[in-house]
Amino acid sequence: MTRAGLRQHLDTASDSLRRLARQPLASLMTLAVIAITLALPAGLHLVLASANQLSHHWAGSGSLSTFLRAEVRPAEAEQLRAKLQGQEAIEQVELLSQEQALSEFSLYSGFDEALGLLEENPLPMVLLVRPRADLAQPDGMAQLLGQLRQEPLIEHVVVDLEWVKRLAAITETARRALLLLSLLLGLTVLLVIGNTIRLEIRTRQDEIIVVKLVGGSDAFVRRPFIYTGFWYGLFGGLGAWLLVVFAGALLQGPITELARLYQSDYQLGLLNLSSLGLLLLLGPLLGVLGAWSASGRHLRALEPE
Amino acid sequence: MIRFEQVSKRYPDGQEALRQLSFHIDAGEMLFLTGHSGAGKSTLLRLIALLERCSSGQVQVDGRNLAKVRREEIPEHRRKLGIIFQDHRLLPDRSVFDNVALPLLVAGCRSEETAKRVRAALDQVGLLHKEKSMPLSLSGGEQQRVGIARAVVARPALLLADEPTGNLDPELSNEIMDLFLRFNQVGVTVLIASHDVAIIRRMGKRVLVLDQGELTHDLAPGWSND
Repeated sequence: MTRAGLRQHLDTASDSLRRLARQPLASLMTLAVIAITLALPAGLHLVLASANQLSHHWAGSGSLSTFLRAEVRPAEAEQLRAKLQGQEAIEQVELLSQEQALSEFSLYSGFDEALGLLEENPLPMVLLVRPRADLAQPDGMAQLLGQLRQEPLIEHVVVDLEWVKRLAAITETARRALLLLSLLLGLTVLLVIGNTIRLEIRTRQDEIIVVKLVGGSDAFVRRPFIYTGFWYGLFGGLGAWLLVVFAGALLQGPITELARLYQSDYQLGLLNLSSLGLLLLLGPLLGVLGAWSASGRHLRALEPE
Repeated sequence: MIRFEQVSKRYPDGQEALRQLSFHIDAGEMLFLTGHSGAGKSTLLRLIALLERCSSGQVQVDGRNLAKVRREEIPEHRRKLGIIFQDHRLLPDRSVFDNVALPLLVAGCRSEETAKRVRAALDQVGLLHKEKSMPLSLSGGEQQRVGIARAVVARPALLLADEPTGNLDPELSNEIMDLFLRFNQVGVTVLIASHDVAIIRRMGKRVLVLDQGELTHDLAPGWSND
């Protein structure tokens, strides 16, 4: 681009900005609509990302209880424990002897009196298997489960895999819903900006016709409107970021308290600089696209009479 | 400079604005186009500026067949012309300077060059001292002179004027015509549509007379002396 061309672009950009400033109320209302529309998916994304992190955390804390056959002797049990401990997918294996199992059971179940009536200890030995946290996804868990069930010494494996699956399914549903919502809201921003540009073109109709009369090309006529869309998108994106940061600050206290009650160190991640960058990229992109599509149609229809 | 060959213009509603028009205008000529309102004067100018296209026949400007000018080439074509309107068509929210600078702006002219040329054009129409004024604060005659400055600022070889004195009293009209005469003297081709017989007679230039879309007379310069 020539220096004169670049200068012309800068002039047009600053002229478009001045026009926005000249009608502060109308501009601010449009900006608020764009900011809120962009803030919704951005904020939800944040919540979902944090929840995802949390579900990993919970899934990782789940361990499998494997009940050994009654006839297994302690030495064999110890051998199996050592074997499992050596496996890659397993973080830790703990062996509960029959006596330990009994004392834990009587401690937590309240059946200690009834248990006292029994002649011998009915409980088998138990191996508590804790899988590695990064393998604690439904697939990894299922694989480990199948492997444990193959062991001849193991009678029965209990794992609450269902809720891990359910949590993952919920997260996945939420993720898709968010994606869909983001697409719809992105489209909303496009339409809002397109409509604003259409009104702007209508109010500047006479000017556009004169510019075309003196030989202004389509691109020249279109340029100020593209910049208007750009500014709307940029400031809308910035506004969205501020909204999310503000909402995050308001929610941080209660969430930390909630997390403490669940013995979790869950923190609502604040929108960081890269998400600011994304909003400041996406906003203007939507703005330019919206202005582009609206101006193309309406400017073409405006011909000098 | 301009050549019309068997040019007709029919509108979709069936109205025939121009019928089988043929004439030729040399570079450097100054001439008038006259006739009753509705005779087709404006339509003829609009065909030259590519505000419309003819239904049949051929319009040539500067050796180029306008039928071959594609839509995206129209702006470039218009930049070679200066057009003056009866209602000035100035932008009310921009200063006189910015109004006159518009053709240079769309052509991507550098700003120092633009300022120089705008002041030169305003000087030619005697409005250099008004460059910061807004158009609506000027008189009708002054506004028309701003319109002329805008038309000549990019130094086009052809000036088209559609009833440029339509709203002006005779004295102001004469001033405007003297301006056109001066541009013509430096080689600009000037085509003026007007129904002001007194002015046309006084100027004594070539005259094309239109009647209901037909060219009825082509009067040579000096016709009014007879």
